[in-house]
Amino acid sequence: MSLSSSTKTKRRIQALLLLALIAFGVVIAGCGGDDEAGGNSGGGDKGKVQLVAYSTPQTAYEDALEPDFNKTAEGDGVEFSNSFGASGDQSRAVEAGQPAGYVNFALETDVTRLVDAGLVSKDWQNNKYKGIVTNSVVAIVTRPGNPEGVKSFQDIIDKNLEVVTPNPFTSGGARWNIMAVYGAALHDGKTPAEALGTVKDLLANAPVQPASARDALQAFVGGAGDVLLSYENEAIAAQNANQDVDYVIPDSTILIEQPAAVTVDAPQSATDFLNYLWSDAGQKIWAEQGYRPVNKSLVDKSIYPTPPDEFTIAEFGGWDKVADEFFDDKTGSIAKVEQELGVSTEK
Amino acid sequence: MTAIAAPRPRAGIRLPGVSGALSKGLVVTYLSLIVLLPLAAIASKAFSDGLGSFWDAVSQPQAVAALKLTVICSLIVVLINAVMGTLIAWVLVRDEFPGKGIVNSVIDLPFALPTIVASLTLLTLYGKDSPFGVDVAYTRVAVVIALLFVTLPFVVRAVQPLLLSLDRDMEAAAESLGAGRARIFRQIVFPNLAPGIAAGVALAFARALGEFGALVLISGNVPYKTEVASVFIRGQIESDNIVGAAAVSVVLLAVSMTLLAFVNLIQKWGLRDER
Repeated sequence: MSLSSSTKTKRRIQALLLLALIAFGVVIAGCGGDDEAGGNSGGGDKGKVQLVAYSTPQTAYEDALEPDFNKTAEGDGVEFSNSFGASGDQSRAVEAGQPAGYVNFALETDVTRLVDAGLVSKDWQNNKYKGIVTNSVVAIVTRPGNPEGVKSFQDIIDKNLEVVTPNPFTSGGARWNIMAVYGAALHDGKTPAEALGTVKDLLANAPVQPASARDALQAFVGGAGDVLLSYENEAIAAQNANQDVDYVIPDSTILIEQPAAVTVDAPQSATDFLNYLWSDAGQKIWAEQGYRPVNKSLVDKSIYPTPPDEFTIAEFGGWDKVADEFFDDKTGSIAKVEQELGVSTEK
Repeated sequence: MTAIAAPRPRAGIRLPGVSGALSKGLVVTYLSLIVLLPLAAIASKAFSDGLGSFWDAVSQPQAVAALKLTVICSLIVVLINAVMGTLIAWVLVRDEFPGKGIVNSVIDLPFALPTIVASLTLLTLYGKDSPFGVDVAYTRVAVVIALLFVTLPFVVRAVQPLLLSLDRDMEAAAESLGAGRARIFRQIVFPNLAPGIAAGVALAFARALGEFGALVLISGNVPYKTEVASVFIRGQIESDNIVGAAAVSVVLLAVSMTLLAFVNLIQKWGLRDER
């Protein structure tokens, strides 16, 4: 009697364990299945826009652009699912299968990655604005009132100031800063080798190289460094968030171009959204949020004066070439600069 | 004991109602899915371009500098932990003081706190605006402090139960036989705590090697100076060098395993007298 009851309990527990195993399998399969289903099924009539973007424009999208798009005829009833994070991480996530309809990154190479993966059409730049949805410029963020009187990147070096700029290897976006300094030095009449020397001098005085632009702002506001290299839109966002900082746009600096695209499987609503972002209405909202419109006729020169010596990444051959030449982690010239600096500090 | 020399003398009871085969199968399946497969995937990724490129990835100067910094800081951290963790456990078990219960529960908070918040908090306390005037932000000292914070519970929690179950009669006996406090600690207490200290140290070391969140804001991330291995790996991923990232991770895993093996050896050596 007792034996048979113990066998019963035994059977029951075995069944439970098996059930647990099966449930475990189902959960795993379910997680995968859910993602796939989300990629194709659209919420509502117009289809859901699955937005995957870098972190900075989160407020712009959620508080201004998406609600305003919903007020247009094309955008009426369109739902959004938003995902924000570091630009490179977001791009890699989409490459690895995160469902996305509309993508917006800090760097062109993050879109190129998706083109290579067959997720974004090869001709994503075949439009009026060449795939760029917003502009900005690399700015020098200073303490209130710019006590050091900094006007250019060279000033930072000449005045021997401590600079905060994100680590260009952990933050793709920080590469804009390096190319701004490099390009400004070239435009100042330096040779490429000398311009790299300028970058080196600057980095030699960087006590901290935070992992991202946001971390860098955090470090600067927390007291690190005399100046911070950042995007104009970040500086404006910081001021809007009541951070006590000022910023200077150097006369010679780089125009930042932030790309956006729709994926090949995206619903029409994603394309409508991108077209809305390029429309006058969309561009004006971008401008209110601290970004320079890509439609030059909409740029308010009193807020966004064009730097007299503004240059673009195209001058250095575009991001694909620059990524190899400057930021390859072994052979890139910036990797070498960091190495030289490292060796000199070891001694 | 010797009379019933069964094939498995110390196996104890089986789990009630579970056949050995099924529980083993479950454990193996679970471990494979959660631990073994991911680890194997990392290892195979690290060597996917051959031994040569693995070596290139881990011997590149920036990687070496980051690994060196990480291992040295982690070793310093576990040494401090071994001493302070044991001391904290001792005080929590042997001493009575008001608020002991609260202190006991606070020990685990570093586990509960999101590490990025830890980083931010430490930055506020030990950065430029430090209320105590201690500004170590963006230095190697900051790396050690942040690691001390996140690894605190390991040794404490490993030593505590051993201390609780330690038979105080042994100490009393030793005392009655004329042993001094130092000798009692050295010959009676410490050998009993050593396995716990070793286990705590091993866990803390493994955790310290891979820590990212707690370090990312406060360590400075300057290559060759304050860039730890996890941040370097982050950079490799950002540079789309997944193989390099996996390679450096494998080195961290290997260092961790070496220490774990070493700790096992010590534990066996410590138990040799008991057989």
